[in-house]
Amino acid sequence: MTHVEIVFWITAVVAIASAFLCITRRSPVASALWLVSTMFALAVMFLLLDAHFIAAMQVLVYAGAIMVLFLFVIMLLNVGRASSSDMVGWVGRLVMAAIAVVLAAELWVLSRAGPSADVRLGAESVSQLAAEQGAVGMIGESLFRVFLVPFEITSVLLLAAIVGAVVLAKRRL
Amino acid sequence: MIPAYVDLSEASGLLVALLPEVFLTGWVLLLLLVVAWQHRSAEDQQLVGRLSLAGLVVTLALVILYWLRGPEPEGLELMIALDGFRYATAAVFLIGAILAVAISMHYLRRESILVPEYYLLILLATIGMMFMGGGADLVVIFLGLELMSVAVYVLAGINRRSIFAAEAALKYFLLGAFASAFLLYGIALIYGATGTTNLTLVYVQISAMGLQTDVMLIAGIAMLLVGFGFKVAAVPFHMWTPDVYDGAPTPVTAFMAAAVKAAAFAALMRILVQALAPMDSVWTEAVWWLAAITMVVGNVIALAQRRLKRMLAYSSIGHAGYLLVAVTSGTDLGTAALLYYVLVYTLMTVGAFAILTVVGRGGERDTRIDDFNGLGSRRPWLAFAMTVFMLSLLGFPGTAGFIGKWYILSAAVQADQFKLAVVLVGASILSAGYYLPVIMAMYMKDPVSDTAHVETRAVGAVRWVIGVTAMLLLLFGVWPNAVLDLAKEEGRQLRPAVLVTVSR
Repeated sequence: MTHVEIVFWITAVVAIASAFLCITRRSPVASALWLVSTMFALAVMFLLLDAHFIAAMQVLVYAGAIMVLFLFVIMLLNVGRASSSDMVGWVGRLVMAAIAVVLAAELWVLSRAGPSADVRLGAESVSQLAAEQGAVGMIGESLFRVFLVPFEITSVLLLAAIVGAVVLAKRRL
Repeated sequence: MIPAYVDLSEASGLLVALLPEVFLTGWVLLLLLVVAWQHRSAEDQQLVGRLSLAGLVVTLALVILYWLRGPEPEGLELMIALDGFRYATAAVFLIGAILAVAISMHYLRRESILVPEYYLLILLATIGMMFMGGGADLVVIFLGLELMSVAVYVLAGINRRSIFAAEAALKYFLLGAFASAFLLYGIALIYGATGTTNLTLVYVQISAMGLQTDVMLIAGIAMLLVGFGFKVAAVPFHMWTPDVYDGAPTPVTAFMAAAVKAAAFAALMRILVQALAPMDSVWTEAVWWLAAITMVVGNVIALAQRRLKRMLAYSSIGHAGYLLVAVTSGTDLGTAALLYYVLVYTLMTVGAFAILTVVGRGGERDTRIDDFNGLGSRRPWLAFAMTVFMLSLLGFPGTAGFIGKWYILSAAVQADQFKLAVVLVGASILSAGYYLPVIMAMYMKDPVSDTAHVETRAVGAVRWVIGVTAMLLLLFGVWPNAVLDLAKEEGRQLRPAVLVTVSR
């Protein structure tokens, strides 16, 4: 086992365990903090994939800014005392288990298949590109040239979300 | 004025290619400023409605202009398609949006819903739809779908005084997000298998690399179908539909049942035909079953409904089944049938919901079929229009619905799917069991009281909507040739343009 694989397995276990704890904790604050832990583990995975900029953004934006917003909302709404009745009934749990089994089976099949060799990038191609263009330049090139249209649609999407949130939340109509 | 060829790998070329969408987006931004100052009275809201209508009409004109003499792509179609299918579907979405805005103007005033942003959300949803029908890249189609969905989630709950609207919005949001996750997972797997998200390149990669039995690609297609199954409300992914359609304000329901569904079908058809044509042995089977079950279940449950809004919700599930039959065939004729039926379906659904807003009150949840008793003698024109919509939804000869269904049937038969054609005919016969009672109530039963239907009056734009849609349905029913030829022409253009593009 190389050192990359060792780090991968550690972060993989941390990510899945934290995600599981995030959805099973009763207290919303505890859930949010376990989500932070998941985000950090994912950031390490991005690092292992040579995506340094994404890893940094993952920590700054998700583990940082978005989590702070989550915690603000939890504290403002004061939902700390959740009763046990908000857990789903046994039908919901059965559906949950069924979907989990289907997805796990699919993952198992996919892990045996993998993408064909033709579409895989070479082992060093990403780090080589990063050396040429820089970690940020690599993202910027594809974000503002190749994926310019999706990038702009995303901005309209966020506008729609803002308008919608204000419409639903403003106090006086 | 418009260049004959555009290079879609350049930002300037993209700007030209995306002019209709860019115009509508700019119009939304301007209207946001208008709303920021003018949002206090019903008159302000009316003004925003009129301006939205103007923006939609101009965009429709732009789309038609592009349709007639649009630019051709120089090389590969990147991100956005420049084919007739894009313009045809965009025109249908814009017509749906125009009709929805027109019936909203009076409705919002009557139900005293004062939210001028309502119209902006309809415009934003329409922009999303245009990207769904016109995207040449899975990423663009997905973002278009999200843009549409986010706006429609809010529209469903726009009446904050109604607890049913809140339930509808929340249910729609949660299940919609769930469906989007499936769709995104499917797109990721397709990307993983082929190494690209461009529809044409996906087609090329599948053929060139021989991925017909690739596990990852098949799993991706399965996820994609589940995601779209939710969005088009195909059985067994339809559970959210009745409650959401029931709880949302009726013009929003009309918009959802017509334009939102049409957009999901346009995106599904484009992805399946343009990118996944070499995989048709995989998805035909799956879509076949979805279509058959959806037709039967939607129509059978609709039979049991007594409230008109809920009945129309189940009827729209049944119609999703008919449209899935057109998708199943996967041929040019199937695409043409889908285009024609989507247009006709938009007209008749919006028309039927428009009459519901006239007859019903207070969200129309409680409007029963009995409430139409004796409408024929009191309001003959309204009853006549409702008859046209019901007969067209049923697929009665002489209406556009019949031609549309006939066309779907011939597409199914041409693709050797006789069993599916039989199911379609059977389901249509079943549907007579709930469309005809509405007509019988209007003409054969007496009004419940002397004062019944006194208040029932179509005013302003609603009258126009009802009149124009009913007349168009009759016109396309007896003289469908022009629209049919157009649909055939555009259906042909959807075929993977690989060979054409490479040779240019």
